[in-house]
Amino acid sequence: MDTFGLLGQGLIAAMQWQNLIYAFIGVTLGTAVGVLPGIGPALTVALLLPVTYRLDPAGSLIMFAGIYYGGMYGGSTTSILLNTPGESASIVTALEGNKMARKGRGGPALATSAIGSFVAGLIATLGLAFIAPFVVKFALMFGPADYFALMILAFITVSAAFGDSALRGLTALFIGLGLGVIGIDLQTGQARLAFGIPDLLDGIEVTTLAVAMFAIGETLMIASTSGSIKDEVIAVKGSIWMTAEDWKRSWGAWLRGTAIGFPIGAMPAGGAEIGTFFSYATEKQLTKHPEEFGEGAIEGVAGPEAANNASAAGTLVPLLTLGLPTTATAAIMLAGFQQFGLQPGPLLFANNASLVWALIASLLVANFMLVVLNLPLIGLWVRLLTIPKPWLYGGILVFATLGTLGANGAMSGHIGPISFSFELMMLLAFGILGYLLRRFGYPIAPVVVGLILGPMAEQQLRRALAISQGDFTALFHSPIAIVLYMLATAAILIPLYFRLRGKGEVFSQLASDED
Amino acid sequence: MSIGEPKLARRPDGAALFIAVILAVIAGIIIWQMSLMRVPPVQQRVGPTVFPYAIAGALILLSIGTAVSALRGSFPAREKGSMAPMAWIVAGLLAQILLLSTAGFAVATGLLFAFTAKGFGRGPLWQTIPIGIVFALIVWFIFARGLQLSLPAGPLERLLP
Repeated sequence: MDTFGLLGQGLIAAMQWQNLIYAFIGVTLGTAVGVLPGIGPALTVALLLPVTYRLDPAGSLIMFAGIYYGGMYGGSTTSILLNTPGESASIVTALEGNKMARKGRGGPALATSAIGSFVAGLIATLGLAFIAPFVVKFALMFGPADYFALMILAFITVSAAFGDSALRGLTALFIGLGLGVIGIDLQTGQARLAFGIPDLLDGIEVTTLAVAMFAIGETLMIASTSGSIKDEVIAVKGSIWMTAEDWKRSWGAWLRGTAIGFPIGAMPAGGAEIGTFFSYATEKQLTKHPEEFGEGAIEGVAGPEAANNASAAGTLVPLLTLGLPTTATAAIMLAGFQQFGLQPGPLLFANNASLVWALIASLLVANFMLVVLNLPLIGLWVRLLTIPKPWLYGGILVFATLGTLGANGAMSGHIGPISFSFELMMLLAFGILGYLLRRFGYPIAPVVVGLILGPMAEQQLRRALAISQGDFTALFHSPIAIVLYMLATAAILIPLYFRLRGKGEVFSQLASDED
Repeated sequence: MSIGEPKLARRPDGAALFIAVILAVIAGIIIWQMSLMRVPPVQQRVGPTVFPYAIAGALILLSIGTAVSALRGSFPAREKGSMAPMAWIVAGLLAQILLLSTAGFAVATGLLFAFTAKGFGRGPLWQTIPIGIVFALIVWFIFARGLQLSLPAGPLERLLP
């Protein structure tokens, strides 16, 4: 069947009333949680994963899609009204959007970001639908050695290529890879690094690690430094509607942002924020009002917001077709698939075609819901921003521990007569680790990606070596693998060259921190 | 995220050196644990120890790199963190972990909520703890009853219908 037919079938499935309700709950929760300052899309998805435990796979994934897109929308509201540089994909939005809000043009800024996100989401989701089958066809030719090379490329781009230090990025990655080794080895059934603790035999849950790093680590970081940062919510004054002039200046930026964001997300290059920076630079070059940049130029909101959402949809291309997560958010989504025993990759399209296409179609549905939901409800979202910090972070920790307990609430640890949840203990330990990583300037995303991708890479490596009977040169026999290794080398060397030439600040701004 | 005062003198960074040591220790633990594993001869070349050894090797290299970077003082400037708020939050998490199985979700989590609020400067505890417990009880009701999540119940939860 062709893409149109499959997508049409998916749409019919997504339009069933219970799926519509799941999508609606997903976008509402996703937006509400995403709006909260300090919570980016990765944490939104990780926190809300337990909500979906009791649903059937299709409903759960549809709700998930809504949460993902909702979290992206919510994040931009925060950065426009509250100049929080917390979430990296919205940093650029905050540059111009916050200035607009300060000038009393918060309404149009929110409108252009919502409509831009819609336009980008629509085009990029259609892009995903049309590109995915080709990637799947290509991916079916991949052998284990090629997959291993692909994962090496993903490791490099996630950890070393961007961010201000390849050393710290790689360290974060290898911490994640090391954590990924813990547990029973799938091929031989032997326990590794479990130290005789039964709870460690199943390995470390990606969601526990992500929630710990993003929720607890972030809370500790904010708490220890909160004296120095002042947040000020800017009220939305005047009309939220865009003027004819605003429309004229926005639509080109939306389309350019989409064109920049989608390919960057779709390549295993990680990070929605990279696209937003390129888009911002492009708009700054092309604008007829250069004097407004830095003072609240609407193009500077429209373009990066579109790029942000387009690359969010783009990251679903490698995730769904190759099973390759390139951002922390995608890594958690992968964990969401795995909780239902689904492994994204070319075979998912063959074996669970109806599910995949219902998911893609529901992304379209979620996108429509968001644009309808966002503008009228803006007052409600603004009120969420004014929650005082003590209550906000108290609540975040309540839900962080709730989700962890919901996933694995076994009281399996014992201190004397008291039994406690081992999973919560790990949450605390990783939370402190997350705080330390942040404090010393290590990125978080590579740890999460390393944990989930490490075991997969190991499996492919051992499969490849088993086929070649232990001959390591077999890893470099296939032309696909050679090209991928060349790309990985370039991804290390090109940024290194720029850093040495003193252009490092560009890359440090691209630090992929949040998603 | 770092808005601290920049480091003026470029001297060896003690904390960063410590990180280098930790990385080397982790690598050592991995190598030690892997050396204890008995690998069947069939698996000798591509067995379960190959990948962990590679990770340990990389960690050693990264440890050396971190040490060099620490000696050159090239770590990013850090804000001075205050320990007291963090101590409250960690204490809250520990209290919750230890109380959950006996006192139930609402009481344990209410303490976590109140301690976290205290860490952010909101008190007094005799006010925030009841607020936290009521909040956690509502959350428990929604998730345990509504969404069928298995959350530990204590005396307070059993009072609910």
